[in-house]
Amino acid sequence: MSVQPGPATALSMSSATPAIEAVELSKRYGEVQALDGLSIAVAPGTVFGLLGPNGAGKSTAVKILTTLARPDSGSATVAGIDVLRRPDAVRRAIGVVTQRSGVDPVATGRENLQLIGRIHGMRGGEIKARTAELLDRFELTEHADRPARTYSGGMQRKLDVAMGLIHRPQVLFLDEPTTGLDPEARSQMWQEISRLTGAEGLSILLTTHYLEEADQLAAELAIVDRGRIVAAGTPEQLKAGLRGDAIVVELADEVATAKAATALRAVPGAREITADGHTARARVDAGASALPAVLAGLEQAGVLVASATVARPSLDDVYLRHAGRAFAAAHEQEVA
Amino acid sequence: MTTMVSHSGYLTVRAVRALVRQPVFLIITLMQPIIWLLLFGQLFSKVVEIPGFESTGSYLDYLTPGVVVMTALFSSGWSGMGFILDMERGVMDRLLSSPVRRGAMISGPLAYQAVTTVIQSVVIFVVGWLAGARFPGGLVGIVVTIVAAILLASALASFSNALALLLRSQESVIGVAQLLVLPLVFLSSAVMDIRVAPEWIQTVSTYNPVDWAATASRIVLSADPDWYEVLWRLGGLLAVAVVVGWLATRAFRTYQRAA
Ligand SMILES: Nc1ncnc2c1ncn2[C@@H]1O[C@H](COP(=O)(O)OP(=O)(O)OP(=O)(O)O)[C@@H](O)[C@H]1O
Ligand SMILES: [Mg+2]
Repeated sequence: MSVQPGPATALSMSSATPAIEAVELSKRYGEVQALDGLSIAVAPGTVFGLLGPNGAGKSTAVKILTTLARPDSGSATVAGIDVLRRPDAVRRAIGVVTQRSGVDPVATGRENLQLIGRIHGMRGGEIKARTAELLDRFELTEHADRPARTYSGGMQRKLDVAMGLIHRPQVLFLDEPTTGLDPEARSQMWQEISRLTGAEGLSILLTTHYLEEADQLAAELAIVDRGRIVAAGTPEQLKAGLRGDAIVVELADEVATAKAATALRAVPGAREITADGHTARARVDAGASALPAVLAGLEQAGVLVASATVARPSLDDVYLRHAGRAFAAAHEQEVA
Repeated sequence: MTTMVSHSGYLTVRAVRALVRQPVFLIITLMQPIIWLLLFGQLFSKVVEIPGFESTGSYLDYLTPGVVVMTALFSSGWSGMGFILDMERGVMDRLLSSPVRRGAMISGPLAYQAVTTVIQSVVIFVVGWLAGARFPGGLVGIVVTIVAAILLASALASFSNALALLLRSQESVIGVAQLLVLPLVFLSSAVMDIRVAPEWIQTVSTYNPVDWAATASRIVLSADPDWYEVLWRLGGLLAVAVVVGWLATRAFRTYQRAA
């Protein structure tokens, strides 16, 4: 079965049993309300992205869905199985990559993989073949028989993901799988994740701080803040929900800045007008159809235009709108 | 049931493999008893002459099973450290989110402890024998001594595991290993015939499982063992191991619930 991630799948979701369904999950740790009525539904064979600032509750949700923690209230199913009533059956159906690595540093990469395979009841020959396949796919074959203690952070992360896959789970949980990977390894991981949902029909819950990653991979995503969903939908829906495209005009001449702003204000439907130096910006409902009016207005006012671009709202815009300052701060930390 | 046994086996193999890869740990746990054996064996060789010290052979004969018991105790007190390291490394969460049998997570470390105890005991018997100790009880005596040491080690390992699961700190495990073990040893006949000790120590030692293990071993290693005296002590050790093992299972559930 091959299910392409995309809006079509998301729409047909209501008919098929969701791969993951969480209903009103709440969880408190002492003073902290880690989850506050979180609900999500993940369509089978797709990647569902969970975004949100540090401490938003993403990992807590993953822990509950992977049977590692119990919610104070709410319910959830994974692969159609009730997480609270039949945790054992859930554990057989899932692969888990927690935010913190779960690699045994004393064992080799191969032994780490084999242990999980055996626990899942795989037999000798099968384990051997599958281990070799995964080591190869994650480019670890060369290091397979070295203790995982000697692996670089990125290698350990790849091993973690391989360990989540060894038993061919139906549903995979990836809690920040690409944090700490170099750009090349990250894009390889993206390809791998796409391949898993595409060719192998795996359903994946992915948490990430990389918006580009969510944009590329997720058929649907949800932004979590303070334990609740503040926005959800396909990346396209979320972007469309931010009314308006940005029009950015590069001016040929700095002297015309003020004139450009005045001219833009005269364009019907243009708002959020800013101009400084060589650049003037405005937001309009439909960028492409507003552009001729903008250019005509500027020409009439005698402003020389070097270039004009229309930008659809990015996921960053969506994120900043919903989880605002917290994200900017988190992002700075990460960059620092 | 078979799943439980095989899962327990996988976890034991994992631990034994770690031990083999880092033999330093095993060597360290053996250094201490060998020093005890050779140094104290010499230093206190005359204690057997104290009136009331009942021993037919040399002090070394007396000391060897005592050191076996003591060593089992010292190394099993650290058992909980395995859980602590697994918690810190995220291995615990990885296992708990897998279908590994929960019982195997309790019995795996105990089986590993048993393997360690067997290796340590055999080495100590060999060193003792080379130093001149003799064991008239023969192979049966040696095997029963090792069984007693395993039962005692299981009980303390379970206790250490339970504390690790409940308190989740290295300090609590170190506390058991350091604070509990020495008094238990000295309130028993592990290194000294209790009959030459003050009255209150004799009373306390009657209830001390360490004393049961040391005394049972010594009896079973003698020429003509009184099996009744051996068996009730082994039974007592088994009962203690079962009860503490059950407590550790409860601690495991509490740990999972508290996540
Ligand atoms: N075991 C715990 N004990 C106490 N508080 C906890 C525990 N686990 C999580 N919390 C708290 O719950 C809140 C949510 O944490 P969680 O790990 O789910 O956030 P997150 O969205 O995964 O953040 P990050 O992006 O930093 O990984 C935080 O305030 C955190 O401090
Ligand atoms: Mg997290």
